[in-house]
Amino acid sequence: MDALTIIALIVSSSLFAATPLIFTALGGVFSEKSGVVNIGLEGLMIIGAFTAIVFNLTFVDTFGDMTPWVSLLAAMLAGGLLSLLHGVASIAFRADQVVSGVAINFLALGLSLFLVKLIYDKGQTDMIDSRFIRKDIPFLSDIPVIGDIFFSNIARPTIWAFVIAFVSWFVLYKTPFGLRLRSVGEHPMAADTMGVNVAKIRYIAVFLSGVLGGLGGAVYAQSISLDFSHSTITGQGFMALAAMIFGKWHPLGAMGAAIFFGFAQSLSIVGTSIPFLENVPAVYLLIAPYVLTILALAGFIGRADAPKASGTPYIKGSR
Amino acid sequence: MSKKWTVLAVPVISVLLGLLAGAVIMLVSGNNPAAGYMALWNGAFGDTFYTGETLRQMTPYIFAGLAVAFAFRTGLFNIGVEGQLLVGWLASVWVGVAFTDLPKVIHLPMAIGAGALAGALWGFIPGFLKARLRVHEVIVTIMMNYTALHVTNHFIRNVISDGSDATDVVNETASLRSPFLENITDFSSLHNGLYLAVLAAIIMWFLLEKTTLGYELRAVGYNQHASEYAGMNVNRNIVLSMVISGAFAGIGGSMQGLGTFGNMFINSGFSGIGFDGIAVALLGGNTAIGVVLAALLFGALKVGSLNMPIESGVPNELVEIVIALIIFFVASSYMITWLLSRFKKKEAK
Repeated sequence: MDALTIIALIVSSSLFAATPLIFTALGGVFSEKSGVVNIGLEGLMIIGAFTAIVFNLTFVDTFGDMTPWVSLLAAMLAGGLLSLLHGVASIAFRADQVVSGVAINFLALGLSLFLVKLIYDKGQTDMIDSRFIRKDIPFLSDIPVIGDIFFSNIARPTIWAFVIAFVSWFVLYKTPFGLRLRSVGEHPMAADTMGVNVAKIRYIAVFLSGVLGGLGGAVYAQSISLDFSHSTITGQGFMALAAMIFGKWHPLGAMGAAIFFGFAQSLSIVGTSIPFLENVPAVYLLIAPYVLTILALAGFIGRADAPKASGTPYIKGSR
Repeated sequence: MSKKWTVLAVPVISVLLGLLAGAVIMLVSGNNPAAGYMALWNGAFGDTFYTGETLRQMTPYIFAGLAVAFAFRTGLFNIGVEGQLLVGWLASVWVGVAFTDLPKVIHLPMAIGAGALAGALWGFIPGFLKARLRVHEVIVTIMMNYTALHVTNHFIRNVISDGSDATDVVNETASLRSPFLENITDFSSLHNGLYLAVLAAIIMWFLLEKTTLGYELRAVGYNQHASEYAGMNVNRNIVLSMVISGAFAGIGGSMQGLGTFGNMFINSGFSGIGFDGIAVALLGGNTAIGVVLAALLFGALKVGSLNMPIESGVPNELVEIVIALIIFFVASSYMITWLLSRFKKKEAK
């Protein structure tokens, strides 16, 4: 293989692996920026993946080539609904948000596997026929060198991941809603005195995190795993959480971190066919995202600070 | 209502609500809840074999629950029990395989000690980062979980064995297997670890309630600043709490390696025992006796669930849903205590 082919292969597979992480990490950003910790991202991805696969298998005859896209909408709704449970527990019932997130992860896995057995009478679903495939982007892929590297073999959801990351940045940092959301996460009492409805903003943020988490899971299921079983989502949600922290709770940072993690993931898979990487044990590449996150938190790669009120329920009238 | 009563009421009501929700799900999905729960009971305590399996499943749950509870009492959330358990499992099996002609009185404690040490080390890192750099332990321990998963798999495949998917079985001198316990439970996989688990619960109770160290750890959990002003070394206590918690989790791994399985194999995902440990600790109110009782309940649910599809046609994942809901209700205890107090008020009128 010549260098260009190798680079093109790495870029393409990195972006492919990163796409679900970008969506989910953005979901984490919304939730945590509003002061609600969301360990349940993993569960939201699971429910998204499950919904997308079941919807895809059921309605493939109705929607034809559009099936994966329609399935994404269904998965987003499912993720949003499940996250509201986390919202109710952590906003209204003042539950420990980490514990509630753990419960979401359990619930999503149990519920989806229970339903798979109920619907298909076996432990995993069939493979889907209609899925996201990697295609060249028209015109842009004709640019010499750059086109081959960055615009060839790109799945369409990847483009949307970039778009939504920029939209999230705009919403969070350039609109009144974003300002309110961030203020609720930094100092809910101050926001409350200024007339911001803390609970409402937090519910919206948690719902958005569910929508994006479900989207991430659905994209993963329909482009990478292609079926649903107990091992479809194993840790991608936590990796998205890591990407969010590594990206310092910023939408574009989270996107960059997700791409980096996708890069590490793809290296651990395609690395064996790349000359100078074939002797590096895969374990280093496998643990890289996690170790780097710990180092980032420890301040070796710039200080990463969570939103101030993250993790604490807001109780009116208490100081 | 007295406070003591509420402390008991919340877990009991949570379990009942969880089981009730499970019954509703069975009903909606066209199954008979009574038959489902009967199958669950039979699968957990139906005969001596199943009882043995339930007690065997309870053993690592006790350790995982104690690990989570111990850290909780110092105000730390050790979500990394899963990873600490894996490295403890690996270390125990490694020692169990590597030494061949040691007497049992030395070899077995050494293997368990290795598990405790490995778990303690895995707990030390997040504890140290928390104490020194104020890094949140939840995120670090989650990351340590995945690191442990990949590292242990790498060790099994490339260091302990020669590219195989499992290690050799540990030597007899390091095994926890008990012919006596197997015999009285109709040849279940119950092993001597059960005694150790009960002992560990007693140790935890003694350590937390009857020693100066335990007093300091709990004080740090209640109020860090007050402990600081009282002259306690908060940072040291945080690290110590995570180390002890990790050691409990590591021994939980030893139970798997030296008792239940006798070896270690490549794991594609987590065993779930560490995460279930969170549920066990929460349900048990983070006390030693509570953890033992909750571990028994979860052991019974897990083992009993395997009988559900056979006897009643209900998918065993139902139990996962029930467990998730129990955690949910315990976490939302504010709601339960609020409801209880509402009832109380009505009675007063």
